[in-house]
Amino acid sequence: MTADEKVRPVFTVALAGNPNVGKSTVFNALTGMHQHTGNWAGKTVSGARGEFSTAKADYVLVDLPGTYSLLAHSAEEEVARDFICFGGADAAVAVCDATCLERNLDLVLQIREITPSLVVCVNLMDEAKSRGINIDTAELSRRLGVPVVGVTAHKKKTLRSLCDALDTLLTGKGKSHSDNFYDQDGTAENGSVVPAQIRDAVGEISGFFRSDVIPSPDWLARRLLEGDESLTRSIKENFPDSFADGRLEKICVESRKKLADLGIGRSELEDASATAHLRTASSLASAVVGTQDDDKCGRDRKIDRILTGKVTAFPVMLLLLALIFWLSVEGANYPSELLSRGFGWICGVLGNMFDRLGAPLWLRGVVVDGAVRVLGWVISVMLPPMAIFFPLFTLLEDSGYLPRIAYNLDRPFCCCRACGKQALTMCMGLGCNAVGVTGCRIIDSERERKLAVLTNSFMPCNGRFPTMIALVGIFFAGGSTVIPVLSLVAVIVVGVGFTLLSTKILSSTLLRGEPSSFTLELPPYRKPQIGRVIVRSVLDRTLFVLGRAAAVAAPAGVIIWIAANVTLGNGLTVLAAVSDFLDPAARIFGIDGVILTAFILGLPANEIVLPIILMAYSCGGSLVEMGELAGMRTLLEANGWTGVTAICVILFSLMHWPCSTTLLTVKKETDSRKMMLLAAVIPTAAGLAACFLVNAAAYLFGI
Amino acid sequence: MRKKETEKTEYSEEHIGESLRKLCSLSVGERATVARLRHHGGMRRRLLDIGLSEGTEVRCVGKSPCGDPAAYLIRGAVIAIRKTDGALIDCVCGYETAEDGKL
Repeated sequence: MTADEKVRPVFTVALAGNPNVGKSTVFNALTGMHQHTGNWAGKTVSGARGEFSTAKADYVLVDLPGTYSLLAHSAEEEVARDFICFGGADAAVAVCDATCLERNLDLVLQIREITPSLVVCVNLMDEAKSRGINIDTAELSRRLGVPVVGVTAHKKKTLRSLCDALDTLLTGKGKSHSDNFYDQDGTAENGSVVPAQIRDAVGEISGFFRSDVIPSPDWLARRLLEGDESLTRSIKENFPDSFADGRLEKICVESRKKLADLGIGRSELEDASATAHLRTASSLASAVVGTQDDDKCGRDRKIDRILTGKVTAFPVMLLLLALIFWLSVEGANYPSELLSRGFGWICGVLGNMFDRLGAPLWLRGVVVDGAVRVLGWVISVMLPPMAIFFPLFTLLEDSGYLPRIAYNLDRPFCCCRACGKQALTMCMGLGCNAVGVTGCRIIDSERERKLAVLTNSFMPCNGRFPTMIALVGIFFAGGSTVIPVLSLVAVIVVGVGFTLLSTKILSSTLLRGEPSSFTLELPPYRKPQIGRVIVRSVLDRTLFVLGRAAAVAAPAGVIIWIAANVTLGNGLTVLAAVSDFLDPAARIFGIDGVILTAFILGLPANEIVLPIILMAYSCGGSLVEMGELAGMRTLLEANGWTGVTAICVILFSLMHWPCSTTLLTVKKETDSRKMMLLAAVIPTAAGLAACFLVNAAAYLFGI
Repeated sequence: MRKKETEKTEYSEEHIGESLRKLCSLSVGERATVARLRHHGGMRRRLLDIGLSEGTEVRCVGKSPCGDPAAYLIRGAVIAIRKTDGALIDCVCGYETAEDGKL
């Protein structure tokens, strides 16, 4: 190991591959980072970076969004393409799915054209083996002229071969694969002869680039000839020298025209290269992939018949949703109570301590009754259901069910001139709306993406569930857990209904247009790696969301305590003054000023809405122990709450302005203040309308 | 039950000849070979990306609960395609290609 004594080289490696082939699993296994994985296309929306070391070198690994091709269609594909082409990576790793190698080879061939320093990493070898698929990696390597390794990414040991291949490629002398691949796939490999005119034009244009550039001159020439606007711009930016005297530009235009006169337009050119790759991929696959079990999809099709069947699909969806909620609510009961008692005890001890130290009353109020109490409420109410919900959701994600939801719901969304993939972003919104909004990148069409972004907050996120569960528990459940669960499912159904309605209204007013084309991959069902899923989802998602909520809750507790205890000149507290001012308006919608104030103050995090309400009501009077339902009910009823109020609060909690994090994400994703404003106005308007109707109906029927 | 019946009738149609049919007209279980993509622009490229070039063997493996989109097995992966998009893909049914065993 003489290399150790020298300065260790650092290489940047791009991790590319089709969607859903396990790139993120490879990434995590190599870097030890915890990039979130899931069994559906479009999960990685922006490139994550991680580092790892091998015996010979240090590597920076960049996880790219999954793409089928480098002729980008969507923003995320463009990210991948530009990084592979111009990102300055020392090498690329193309991850393939061993169970359907042929379709993965298309992208491998495209990358192979761009850069010779490529390692093909065939993932999921164990799954392929269990399905009776045998892959000859040595033969594939020989035919492609690049190293090929077979791995099973979630078994870390198997990745050593990938590290070795990278080491050999980058530190050794195995770098020169100078054979011109084009010549092969143009003629000999697949028999389709590229017209001489195209070859001549490509030859002429590629002469303007140095022969050792990446992407290869040949590839550059072909893309320039095709004339894709964004790619041409990128090429110009990255190779200003070649364009310096304007000659290249002229030749490109001339060649394009010459070919067009021969009936070879842009789509013919693109067809030619795409078809050539598919043919090559097909012939490669037939050479290296051993007998496939014809019945390999049988099991998946059987599951699909139930999960996407005409009669069963929607009931199963609702049942699964109900099951997840039931487990979350039921499982969270006891730990929630325990945590709540624990925090009650801490509050008591802290309070005594302040008293004994002779601290001023206001300090005790700010710290104990303000910060600690609200923090305690948020943690004890949110942590247990989240710690159950997120792992369950991740299991569902890992299994490959989420794309089926999009598949089932595509038709309804299509009727609203939107895209079924919106359903996927809604599922992510159930966890956190900011994540859902970011996830909208998987939707190709700009218009449909905006629709999904604007309506995402109709899905109640984890910050809002606890409020709903608590209110249902207080007013309607009478101790059972079935009713809160059914109510939550009903809330989701209402949310989906409003999503569809507002999508429909938006697409015939502000975002007018027809539904665009749609292709969606339905991945094979995979057995989730349960242990890993639980650990990861608790550590990464639960603690992340909780941390954010807690960071807001403690200072918010302080501010609210001050607002509820500092009196103005007229003898009213600040909070009372504000809520009195809002009260008449709020009454129209079946809520009161305190509730509306709480929702406004809850802008940074929806979790703190209920604690604010409770604190506002209980200031001056006796403080209720948080988590004690009976006490909470007495307190709320004493302040004029009825079942109708509870329904209105639940509805308003479902539909009001999203939290500030989500709004900022909307602004970032759409790059438009107007969109951010709309994202707040639309759900608020829907919520107010719904509350008004419920309140009016209750009034009419004399409830 | 009804699904099975339609499947049967479609299968008997298969033997009539090699007439062109739209991809979206395939019923569950039917195989066909893509003869022509009548798409242009972005969708054409997307279809080529997922491997749906001329000469590719496809099989309809399911329909969504509302009947549209339908799922097709294309080069080893299952892809959902809407009726409106499938209507522009011409297929040939009724003969077995040499590559048939692979699907």
